[in-house]
Amino acid sequence: MSSGPMSHLKVVDASSFVAGPYCAKLLADFGADVVKVEPPQGDEARRREPFAGDIPDPERSGLFLYLNTNKRGITLDLESAQGREIFKRLVAEVDVLIDDRSPAEAERLGIDYESLRKLNPGLIVTSVTPFGRTGPYREYKARHLNTFHSSGQGYLLPMNSPDKEREPVKGAGFLADYDAGITAAIATLGAVFWRGAGGTGQHVDVSKQHAAMHLEKSQLRRYIDNGESPDRTGMGRLLETLVKAKDGLYVVIILSSEIQWKGLFEAMGRPQWGAEPPYNTQAGRSANYEGLRARLQEWADGLTADEIFHKIQSCKSACAPVYTAEEFVNSPQIAARDFLVPLEHPVAGKLSYPGRAYQFSNVEWRGERAAPLLGQHNGEVLGERLGHSPADLVKLREAGII
Amino acid sequence: MSTQDNLRGALAGVRIADFGWVLAGPYATMLLSYLGAEVIKIESRRRPDEQRIAHRAGFSEDLEASSNFLEVNLNKRSVSLNIATEEGAALARRIVALSDVVVENMRPGVMDRLGLGYSELVKVKPDIIMASISGWGSTGPLRQYTAYAPCFASFGGLANLTGYADGEPNTGTSAMDARSGTAAAFAVLMALNIRQRTGQGQYIDMSSCEALNSLIGENVLEYVMNGRSPVRQGNQDAIMAPHNCYRARGEDKWISIAVATDAEWDGLRQAMGDPEWARDEAFASTYGRWRHRDRLDPLLQQWTVQHDPRELTELLQKHGVPAFPSYNAEELFADPHLRARESITEVKHPVLGDRLAVSPPWRLSETPAAITKTAPLLGEDNEYVLCDLLGLSQDEVARLAEQKVVY
Repeated sequence: MSSGPMSHLKVVDASSFVAGPYCAKLLADFGADVVKVEPPQGDEARRREPFAGDIPDPERSGLFLYLNTNKRGITLDLESAQGREIFKRLVAEVDVLIDDRSPAEAERLGIDYESLRKLNPGLIVTSVTPFGRTGPYREYKARHLNTFHSSGQGYLLPMNSPDKEREPVKGAGFLADYDAGITAAIATLGAVFWRGAGGTGQHVDVSKQHAAMHLEKSQLRRYIDNGESPDRTGMGRLLETLVKAKDGLYVVIILSSEIQWKGLFEAMGRPQWGAEPPYNTQAGRSANYEGLRARLQEWADGLTADEIFHKIQSCKSACAPVYTAEEFVNSPQIAARDFLVPLEHPVAGKLSYPGRAYQFSNVEWRGERAAPLLGQHNGEVLGERLGHSPADLVKLREAGII
Repeated sequence: MSTQDNLRGALAGVRIADFGWVLAGPYATMLLSYLGAEVIKIESRRRPDEQRIAHRAGFSEDLEASSNFLEVNLNKRSVSLNIATEEGAALARRIVALSDVVVENMRPGVMDRLGLGYSELVKVKPDIIMASISGWGSTGPLRQYTAYAPCFASFGGLANLTGYADGEPNTGTSAMDARSGTAAAFAVLMALNIRQRTGQGQYIDMSSCEALNSLIGENVLEYVMNGRSPVRQGNQDAIMAPHNCYRARGEDKWISIAVATDAEWDGLRQAMGDPEWARDEAFASTYGRWRHRDRLDPLLQQWTVQHDPRELTELLQKHGVPAFPSYNAEELFADPHLRARESITEVKHPVLGDRLAVSPPWRLSETPAAITKTAPLLGEDNEYVLCDLLGLSQDEVARLAEQKVVY
């Protein structure tokens, strides 16, 4: 048992890939006792790159390793009656189940909320599915690409396109899946809190489409304002521009207000521009934008992204370098805050993982185990927790159930 | 728990003093209010929430006509308190003394200068949970730097991964701010659960750059493990093809299609009526389709462009192919599925009228999350907060209003 602050909370993570596992990871990274249940062939994420050392191996997937920190792992074939039986016994004694099966699939396996609550009335079941558990699309299939575009977010990207000739695009990586995962974790913790205050178990139904759509509400409401759908050519929000620095990195510069412009001109060594026509008014800057942009880029040509960043910020104006993973990982800011957490994994080795973005003054525990090997904790969980003897475990393995 | 309690939501009885403004802070507390927390927004005419007045076109005089403000301040109460005055700050501390949670997203150090830093607040409420949301966090060399959402999307690594492979990076929309708020709401809920168990409060120092970076962990690990940094690839996937947005019939209509397996590819071929081009041996395996994706995409698009994206979605889903239109706002608000799930709801507002809005993003069977009231007018709940909660007399409130402490 971990010494983390949530070690009293028992969770079964029966989900795969990104959304459900991220939800469970968020709890595990605070010490919740999370048992991940994988099919004998393993979570789909194990088959995805990047692989440590470029060696494709189910124990070396960076996606799986990141999303399953601080969990223990068992394998269980839910297609077999005995596998389902063991699953139910496991779920009967935990607080939370996180699942991502479609309603029909959960029912077929007999692990839907209605069946499970009979075994464990206090159980909180969090279901994370592409379109939620009700409504006409409840059995629709969606991968991250479809989810992102189903939410209205894709249609707005790339923001500030010159026209609509090219296709809308998805967000970074598996962004909408992560969004759904953290959205689900919030409701799960709400349900756990309520139960802790004297409430009961319950079913939490999270639609990935809805979760991602909700994040975009500040843009979507423009349609309600004027009957026109915003698109990728419109301004997503504040005025801003990109410049390319001499090291090839981009820098985003915020240009939303008079103060921002003044700071920028000062950083450029042209403070007088803020006081003289044409650049001292928004109208003048708009009318001469092309020329102004060219001068800005010319200035950026001579500096690195970090030099531009610090120059503009020290003049109290907002900007930031467009970092790749490399610059982010090596940033002194990230080092100063100890954001990356080193964890040792028997196959992938010792790696630094993005940790918690929120430092808690009364939580020192930062996690203690890397993602589980496939079936690593079969003996520990099925043996010690559910009382299977070593001989039983051999039989179960022979039968392909674990 | 009585029936009435669960109708009030999972966080019934939790009170939040909300010093948030613009987007990330207000979004965080709105999520918590959906779950039943009572959120008291502390603001004033001296420094109104920027969202009340800022528009794309400039600034508005009317503090009550902003739909942008409405969208992220539903369910809240508002007290108008000028916290830059000593008396205003003292009253704010008294509100905190009656609260469980404080949320703020000013630049690090501002709350301290106002006498509202954690070290002061913990004196009036020893188990207070205080969450500070900032661009880079309140420690480290960049702690004083100014950040808007495009900044933390850029520094955090998301902008670099967004956009066409041959185009510039893209900083995304205001959803980036909402993501920061989402992470903060999670952190507050975690702290509430920890407090429920230990009785101990918490100071939470959140970095928005880190919160966003947490959402692309596998890309960070690619560098950590192999020394390479991934770059943006449009809609493309590392192993799947077809995997893109394809033009459909109609103006600026698109459908996203993501095929991973041979079974899905066969389903797609059947849906298309098994055209000659799709029988090409080059497309017979997952790797083959991925390798020849630049040739495959235009061929597929010749078919999709002839069809309505919603009809196509229905057809492809019937054949087991993951597909969905790239929806615009109009399509979302009209979608029968979202309507059936009540993912779209109506909100009434005294100035903006009756409007459609996206409903809370979860369905909880026992403690329904709900929009129970519209966004507050500035100072709408002064009497409730100052008289009912703090016990001030009407005369006292009138004096404070005259002195622009209540303002």
